[in-house]
Amino acid sequence: MPKRNAPPLEGEMLQGTLDMLVLRTLSLGPAHGHTIAYAIERGSEDVLEVEHGSLYPALHRLEDRGWIASFWGTSENNRKARYYRLTPSGRKQLAAQTSRWDELVRAINRILRPATTD
Amino acid sequence: MKWPRFFRRRYWDQERSRELDAYLEAETHENIARGMSPDDARLAARKKLGNPTQIREEIYQWNTITLLETIWQDLRYGARLLRMNPAFSLVAVASLALGIGANTAIFQLLDAVRLRTLPVKDPQQLTEVAFDHQGMYAGRGRGRYTVLSNALWEQIRDHQQAFSGMFAWSVDTFSLSRGGEVRYAQGLWVSGDFFNVLGVPPLLGRVFTNADDRDGCGSPGVVISASFWQREFGGAQSVIGRKLTLDGYPVEVIGVTPSSFFGVEVGRTFDVAVPLCVEPAVKGEGSMLVRRDGWWLDAIGRLKPDWTQARATAQLSAISPALFESTIPAWYQGADAKKFKEFKLKPSQAGSGLSTLRREYDRPLKLLLSIAGLVLLIACANLANLMLARASAREREIAVRLALGASRGRLIRQLLAECLLLACGGAALGLLLARNLSQLLVTFLSTEGDPLFVDLNLDWPVLAFTTALAIVTCVLFGLTPALRATRTEPVSAMKAGGGRGTTASRERFGLRRLLVVSQVALSLVLLVGALLFVRSLRNLVTLNPGFRQSGVLVASMDLTRLGLPKERRLPFKRDLLDRIRTIPGVDAAADTVLITWGDFSNSGVFGQGPSDFKGQTDENWISPGYFNALQIPLLAGRDFNDRDVASSQRVAIVNEAFARKFFGGGNPIGKTFRMGAAPGQGLQVHEIVGLVKNTKYQDLRENFPPIAFLPVSQDANPGPFVLFYIRSDSPLTAVISALKRSIAEVSPDINLEFHVLQTQIRESLLREQLMATLSGFFGILAAVLATIGLYGVMSYLVARRRNEIGIRMALGADRRAVLAMILREASVLLAVGLAAGAVLALVAGRVAGSLLFQLKPHDPATLAMATVLLAAVAIAASYLPAQRASKLDPMTALREE
Repeated sequence: MPKRNAPPLEGEMLQGTLDMLVLRTLSLGPAHGHTIAYAIERGSEDVLEVEHGSLYPALHRLEDRGWIASFWGTSENNRKARYYRLTPSGRKQLAAQTSRWDELVRAINRILRPATTD
Repeated sequence: MKWPRFFRRRYWDQERSRELDAYLEAETHENIARGMSPDDARLAARKKLGNPTQIREEIYQWNTITLLETIWQDLRYGARLLRMNPAFSLVAVASLALGIGANTAIFQLLDAVRLRTLPVKDPQQLTEVAFDHQGMYAGRGRGRYTVLSNALWEQIRDHQQAFSGMFAWSVDTFSLSRGGEVRYAQGLWVSGDFFNVLGVPPLLGRVFTNADDRDGCGSPGVVISASFWQREFGGAQSVIGRKLTLDGYPVEVIGVTPSSFFGVEVGRTFDVAVPLCVEPAVKGEGSMLVRRDGWWLDAIGRLKPDWTQARATAQLSAISPALFESTIPAWYQGADAKKFKEFKLKPSQAGSGLSTLRREYDRPLKLLLSIAGLVLLIACANLANLMLARASAREREIAVRLALGASRGRLIRQLLAECLLLACGGAALGLLLARNLSQLLVTFLSTEGDPLFVDLNLDWPVLAFTTALAIVTCVLFGLTPALRATRTEPVSAMKAGGGRGTTASRERFGLRRLLVVSQVALSLVLLVGALLFVRSLRNLVTLNPGFRQSGVLVASMDLTRLGLPKERRLPFKRDLLDRIRTIPGVDAAADTVLITWGDFSNSGVFGQGPSDFKGQTDENWISPGYFNALQIPLLAGRDFNDRDVASSQRVAIVNEAFARKFFGGGNPIGKTFRMGAAPGQGLQVHEIVGLVKNTKYQDLRENFPPIAFLPVSQDANPGPFVLFYIRSDSPLTAVISALKRSIAEVSPDINLEFHVLQTQIRESLLREQLMATLSGFFGILAAVLATIGLYGVMSYLVARRRNEIGIRMALGADRRAVLAMILREASVLLAVGLAAGAVLALVAGRVAGSLLFQLKPHDPATLAMATVLLAAVAIAASYLPAQRASKLDPMTALREE
């Protein structure tokens, strides 16, 4: 349902895209929410600015689907933090989503730049 | 799947909350490391994260099932509100519990008696075989199902093809004691295949087989029910082989049936079951087994799986002529015989068992259920009125909620949740109440000699019925007020201030008026019904049956154990009677063979030739003094006397109905008729020596039937049983103990028992008593509820119109004018309600018609009585608020504005 006073388009990420990015980030190793947020931000060279809060519902959803698992651990600064790691089914999901994304991008590109393809 | 998440949603909320805290801490720490001040660092961290409450809400939303969550909220809120108004909640729950309880109790009885199938194997295959013709035929009847003779049953069993198995059964009462006061067991006569066809295995020991039920069997034993086993033998395993005596005949217990099995008759249970073949041995001379005119059996078969009811009907009617031809009682003659031979056998569904209770109480119970339903409706109207009052008190609160953006649907749901709680509370209490009420009803309908047994265990239909009632009542009394309450314009409601003044629109008052009018109308219907049943009962109780009812004892004795030969029985009875007549307190005593309301016997009356059949008459055999004992006036001729003996001319005393039917009225003394005696004895000429006034024979409701009285002294086959009518003006208990002493002196081996005639007659009116009592109770309840409703609405109107009344009084209206104004308004409501009720009562009365005695359902006097009664009570109730209005101090009323 569209909300009133929705933020401008560039601030919103496609539903599912964020999931994919989280899965990708976690494929490198377990991490907690703070780290994941910064990892996505930096990895995209600050193009994708994630509102850090919106990460948590996504994490909750992914965990509920069994694609990631969580545990409480101690962070590099000796603080308690909730860590997430990729589960085997999450790994499969990442592969599937990545290939679908590639397909999508190719398809869109064929439409946007028909002359330059091939 | 959402459920695991739903149940752990609070845990996850806490987890996420901790996690967000951890994020803030980490970010703040990093910001400080980047050189910010701690305060700026924390603020920046919060900015980076966004609104944590919103994040938590988003996650919570995802976890929860919104509908459940809000329903739960509504219920809790509703419960809180109800706790804050304990008086209202109590009244509401109590009135609903009463209404729902009464409905459920009656439905439970209907369900048990009518809807359920027998607790046996494949009950839907069971089929009863009876005549295509209602009523009994000339001869002797015994038990409640006087359908077949044994000869006919055996023929059916041997020639039918539709059933994979068949059995015959009959009910009887056996005396268990050997002399002195009688103790009874409810008995079943069963053919050998009874348990096998029904598929009832023994709980202990064994049940009968066909091998047990052969002609002239010795003593094949007795199968007892589980409840009798508990009661009589304390549930001992060693019961097999124990001895019982049934009417003095010794039998051995061979088996016990499971506790769920009560026979094939719904409404009764059995203690002992005995095979048909021992009937002659137990009953002796009263045996029915060999009598072709003994109607005492009922046959049930298990339809073959590939047979339909229609095919069975065809086969049975095809074999009927031969069967009736071969089993016709020898003394049936002429038109009577012809009619008998034309009867056909007809199968009918018996899966839910047989039941005289069903036949007798089906209509009354349905009627009572609708009456109880109406009472519930009236109670709902009262509650709806209360809810409306509450809603208008909460008008402001609801307006605020609407203004703050609550959706109307959500508010309605919340108001309904409150009603649902009340309805469920009422239903739960009502269910508890119903269990006791239905048992009470069964006890009400049971008599000492005829205990009823109804399996009242809760089952799905009953639970479904109660649940449906709860929902319907909730919608009835909750929905409209909720719809009304949420239709307010927020602005106007909030502007109105204290909710007083002129805000109440005409429309809202209109609804309340409508509710009161319908309450008055419905309660008038119920009052009329109640009065009809009460007056009908009164008609029956005050009816003169033609004989004296009060102060008459029926003493019944069994002389079997004395072993008197036939020729000594009559002298013995005469001596006993003489002895009893000398007991102080006994005013008169007489011998009789059949007692009123109990047994019956009828014969064909013939003219000169064997084919000169004139019709049927009821009959009885009596001693001299019978008419004196029952105070039946002798109109002409003489009573029997000692000169009427076996060797003298056969004589008879007849009643007026007999004289009219067979002799066209006038004095029949000296005329003769011929009548059949026992089978094989042929017709004998009887000379009429006396004429008596009419009396009822089997039932108070019947028209006076023709009766022929014959002298016991001319009975060639006197039985070993004695029935005496004993009249006394002394207290009957004293007479009974004197009688006991006196009879015990004659012989301690005489089995004896006493009944009070009046009690027995009253017990035949149980159905009328039930209808009168319950409809009376409901009628009064309805009138009270309607009166309370009217009072409530009038009070409310007066409270709402305080200003207006104040102004009127300030302008010079005197108190009497105000009083009259309010009363006039109440009278209009009442009059409209009464008019509508009268129309409804006339329409609804037709349903009750068949249950009334000597009273038309549209009896004008009854309608007038009910109207006046209700009007008087209702006007009295509205007088109070009217008076309150007239006592108003105009100054204070005006100042309140």
